[in-house]
Order: sequence, then C-alpha cells, then structure tokens
Amino acid sequence: MLTIKILGHGCQNCQKLEKVTRQAVTDLHIEANVVKVSEDADIFAYPILSTPGLVINEKLVCAGRIPNAGEVARWVKESLAVN
Amino acid sequence: MQSHHLPVEPFFVRHRDVKLFTIVGVAAVLWLVAYNVIQPLADWLTYGLLGLAVTSQLGQSIAFFLYDVPKILLLLTGMVFAIGIVRTFFSPERTRALLGGKREGVGNVLAALLGIVTPFCSCSAVPLFIGFVESGIPLGVTFSFLIAAPTINEVAIVLLYGLFGWRIAGLYIASGLVIAIVAGAIIGRLKLERYVEDFVWKMQRAKGSFEEHLTWSDRIERAWDSVKEIVAKVWPYVIVGIAVGAGIHGYVPESALVTIMGRDAWWSVPAAVLLGIPLYSNAAGVIPIVSALIEKGASLGTVLAFMMSVVGLSLPEVIILRRVLKPQLIAVFVGVVACAIMITGYLFNIVIR
Repeated sequence: MLTIKILGHGCQNCQKLEKVTRQAVTDLHIEANVVKVSEDADIFAYPILSTPGLVINEKLVCAGRIPNAGEVARWVKESLAVN
Repeated sequence: MQSHHLPVEPFFVRHRDVKLFTIVGVAAVLWLVAYNVIQPLADWLTYGLLGLAVTSQLGQSIAFFLYDVPKILLLLTGMVFAIGIVRTFFSPERTRALLGGKREGVGNVLAALLGIVTPFCSCSAVPLFIGFVESGIPLGVTFSFLIAAPTINEVAIVLLYGLFGWRIAGLYIASGLVIAIVAGAIIGRLKLERYVEDFVWKMQRAKGSFEEHLTWSDRIERAWDSVKEIVAKVWPYVIVGIAVGAGIHGYVPESALVTIMGRDAWWSVPAAVLLGIPLYSNAAGVIPIVSALIEKGASLGTVLAFMMSVVGLSLPEVIILRRVLKPQLIAVFVGVVACAIMITGYLFNIVIR
C-alpha cells in the first residue's frame, strides 16, 4: 500500500495539503496510508526547507506550497507506476 | 535532485504556453480597460443613479467607496499575479544557495532583497532557520531574511500605492529593506549563536535539495493560484477597511487626530509599535483605516511604524521562532526590530512635513 506523508507543524497550509491529498486519493479509488509528520527530526529526514511537504513512498514530491488535487493525483500515479 | 515534471528547460516555450500567454495578454487588456472605467462609473452611480449631491458627505463617502474597492482589488490582482510569476523563479532552496558563502554585510543586503521575492510562509520559519544556519549562513544574515520576508509584503505595497501613491509605497519598501539589513547586521555583530536552541546545531538534516523544473504554463498557473488564494483571503478586509475609511472620510472632522497621533506627540511612535505587535492582521485590514487616520491628522511616520509593526513583528511568528531561539535571542530580535521601526517612524515624522 502507498504511504503518503504530510510534513509540517500543523498550520493551515498543512491542513489544506492534507485535504487536497485525501481528495486525490479518494478520486483515484486507491488505498493509501496518509500520515501527518510534525516532529522536526522526522521532517528533516527529507531535504526540505519550507513546509508543507508531501512525500509519496519516501520520495519528496512537493515542498513549500499547496499543490492542487490534479498534481497530487499525477504524483500518486507516477509512484504507482514505479512500484 | 528530484523532478516530477518532464525535464523541460525553464525558458522553453511550448504550444500550451502560447495559449496561456494569449489568455494572459487578453486579461491584461481587460484589466486596463476596467481600471480606467471605475472612476467615471463610481461617479455616475453615486451622483447620477443615486442622485446624491456632489457636495454632500454621504455622496462623497459613497463615491470614495465605490471607486476605491474595485481599484484596490484590481491593483491587488495585477500585482499579486506579477509577483507570483517572479516568485516562481525563486525558492528557499535557491535563496540558500545564493546566500551560501556570502560575508556579513553583502549577505545582509542580499538576504533582505531575497526576502521580498522568495515564496515563504511564516509557518516555515523553523525549517528555513535550521536549514540556513546549518548550511553555514551567518545568524545575522538569516535574520535579515526572516525580517524582510514578512515586513515587505505585496498586499501592503499595493494598498499603499493605491491609497497614497508611489512615493509612500517606495518609502515603505526602502525602509523595510533598511530595517531588515540593519537589524540583521546588529544581531550578527552581537554574536548570539549560543542563544540558538542546542538541538538546531545537532539536527541531522537529509542531504541534497529539492528542485523543480517549471514550464511557463506552470508559472502562470501558480501565479494565478496565488491571486485566487490572496484575493479570497483579503477581499472582506479590503471592503470593511475601505468602508470604515469612507465613513471617516465623510464624517470625522479634519485634524481630529492631530493631538493624539500627530507628529508632535512624541510617544505616539512607540505606542504605535507596541500596539502593532499583538495585532496580527493582514495588511489589507489595516491600511484603509490607516489612510483615513492620516487624512485626519495622524502623521505618516507614526502610521508607517504601526503598519510595519503589525506585519513585521507578529506574535504568532515570535511563538514559532521560540522553538529554535532561546528567550534571550527572541528578546534581542523583537527589541532590535522594534527599535529600528521606531527610528524609521521618527525619521519620517521629522523629514516629511
């Protein structure tokens, strides 16, 4: 199963990113484990300078902005194609 | 380096780009037309359709409101879009790379300038601070960036331009830059590294850096997204703020505020800065009120100091930074920036007569 991580300390932007991501996952009819990561040490395990960050199967795909559901869906599909 | 887009060169123009360029061009023409018809339209609505007398207080207030709201919203849309495009060429990663290896001084100036164009939300202050400091960027240079980024705010620039003209908007940008450069340089000189929380120095960050390749379509789409986001957030404040401003414009007597907010009331500048710290509002809500205050005799320096304190020194940002800075450094940061803002306020009160 796909693991999607939302990196951020829980401000409005992270919440929006989580909503967009869950929307994209629902629209694609796939099963994914969406987790929020808010501990500094866990966030900096990825090369990130600005939050929110989006990690799909351990790959950082977006940082410092809120992508739209279409973009998230594309990254999810790309990630599924790789596996 | 990670990339999720097709590896297209940033300046390569594709078919889809041409289509979007056309849309942007048409939108620009429509924007110009709209910008030029709102004044006659507001006058016609107020004095023609509603039949109010040109000399009446109600008439003046309504005409002011009907002209200023669409004008500010149009300016906001245009400016946020333009800055949005510029910002797609910058990122915190690129800024860090540009600042790497710069000495203090040059570094402070560059950091303050980059603070204007780097897309950055204050929620990201912690990862950005850790990432900058850990890659060897001096503390003072990091602070110049962290001060400039929120202080020089595009919404504030638009509103100052729309309500006061280029001179005041320019003064605001210039003084914001000077404050960020000087305050950062002072913090750098004080050698306060020991007051950064210890875990920051021990943090193990993943190596590498995140980069994206953007096409022109991506840039236009992102700029448009930021227009939608900012205008959606700010328009109620603009309307309420201008309504209050219009009310004061028509009804409060001239120079009602000279004694309490005029340039001769020396204590008004520190009072304005203190009042601005807990008030964390977006610039949109404050400026129309501020414009009405100035009209009624509040002095420009006092009012600019208030505004900068509202946007540049905000309680939520201080609370976020407390996670990486010990209380002593937080106190120095707030103190130095507050002093710099106050000096700017006094300076404007003396210079602009």
